[in-house]
Amino acid sequence: MRILCPNCGERDIREFYYRGSAQDLHRPNLEDSLSNWHEFLHLRDNTAGEIRDLWYHEKGCNSWLVVTRNTVTHEIIKTELVKNTGERRA
Amino acid sequence: MRFSALRILKEGLTGNANWEPHWRNPSPKSKYDVIIIGGGGHGLSTAYYLAKNHGIRNVAVLEKGHLGSGNIGRNTTIVRANYLLPGNSEFYSHSLKLWEGLEADLNYNVMMSQRGLIMLCHSDGQRDAFVRRANAMRSRGDDAQMLSVQDLRKFLPYLNYNSARFPIYGGLLQKRAGTARHDAVAWGYARAADQRGVDLIQNCEVTGFNINSGRITGVETTRGRIEANKVAIVVAGRSSQVAQLAGIRLPIESHILQAFVTEGLKPIINNVVSFGMGHFYISQSDKGGLVFGGDLDGYASYAQRGNLPLLEHVFEAGMALMPMIGKAKVLRSWGGIMDMSPDGSPIIDKTSVDGLFINCGWCYGGFKAVPASGYAYAHLIATDNHFHTATNFRFERFQTGYHLMDEEGTGSQHNLH
Repeated sequence: MRILCPNCGERDIREFYYRGSAQDLHRPNLEDSLSNWHEFLHLRDNTAGEIRDLWYHEKGCNSWLVVTRNTVTHEIIKTELVKNTGERRA
Repeated sequence: MRFSALRILKEGLTGNANWEPHWRNPSPKSKYDVIIIGGGGHGLSTAYYLAKNHGIRNVAVLEKGHLGSGNIGRNTTIVRANYLLPGNSEFYSHSLKLWEGLEADLNYNVMMSQRGLIMLCHSDGQRDAFVRRANAMRSRGDDAQMLSVQDLRKFLPYLNYNSARFPIYGGLLQKRAGTARHDAVAWGYARAADQRGVDLIQNCEVTGFNINSGRITGVETTRGRIEANKVAIVVAGRSSQVAQLAGIRLPIESHILQAFVTEGLKPIINNVVSFGMGHFYISQSDKGGLVFGGDLDGYASYAQRGNLPLLEHVFEAGMALMPMIGKAKVLRSWGGIMDMSPDGSPIIDKTSVDGLFINCGWCYGGFKAVPASGYAYAHLIATDNHFHTATNFRFERFQTGYHLMDEEGTGSQHNLH
């Protein structure tokens, strides 16, 4: 699998750290209910198909990326810098 | 039909013409007491124990493909009971006891081989942790034995003992651990369940649930509607998709785990060897192939195949531990879809829908759990109560934080196990 980094171009996945679902960008507020926190921390759509997840270009430009990819075919569909998505990293 | 040495002799002398199919191939009835979704190891053992322990025989196992076509036929076949934490340890202890009696119980040769499993340690701290684990195992009634380097050299003379990064300080041996023939486990449970009246229905995919006022009434399938009083999901890596049909979101992320087999070699590795620090473990199959694997690839995937970085990592770890295996040629590799839970431990529980149950989250350890998982799941389905070995395998532990079972001590979040 190779990931197209918006800064560095197409790079081997060895250069990236995997964080998990991009739902991580939607952290509840401290005073939110326990069930909202439970959903955020534990529950996942876990889609077989197109998903958005977070990767960190650790051995490259040190950017956090939202990668849209297909979990069945390993196809990388789209890559964006988190700071350009309008979402915030928790 | 019972299998016996006499029967094999008789069939052998008469041209093997009179063997019967191991199970029927029935069409689905319109209604069952219990429908089990998933004809893998856990589903088939659940069906067997429902019939055997609880007398519930009006049961169907619905399988999307053919029986045993998922992870039960795609694993590295290791059976062990060397867990540390209460909640997990008594469950796997029960499972190993069931494994020990499985062949007699099922009248089926699952090639259970208690060849011993050795975990290696590489520092004083890790050895202390192993002594603690060994004491926990023994106090639970299972066997455990600490091995010094001198002891270890008798078992595994070919290891690289003086590696600069991971010098070997000793090992923890469980003699009763070992391997079993994975496909035979599925076939044995299938045959034994079929003999007790369970309908094993293949090529039958569940496409929806029928729920009336919060209670399950049946399932929609590619072979029509089937009614049921109770429905039990046990579909490993595909748990999230099936649960979603009932509107349930699970604390599961599906990941890829690779494994590898070499060409057949003469007997050389007599035990299961686990090199945890290097993410590498190995055993030798009865056919002679070295069967080995490592850790997850580390990203969500349903591809049933992994990528090169992890393959290289596993091979490097193997070469670092036992340089001799560099001469063996790898025949094939494969990847299985692991239903990873946040704390690395499983779920056997009721759901928010009355009469709908789920069994999932086995991560990369489902094979050894097959007997005890079916046993506990059948108990839950039949009695509505959690079996005493599986009382902590519940959803609520993630929400409340009580009874989390984080064996690795890395935390209870996705992507940490």
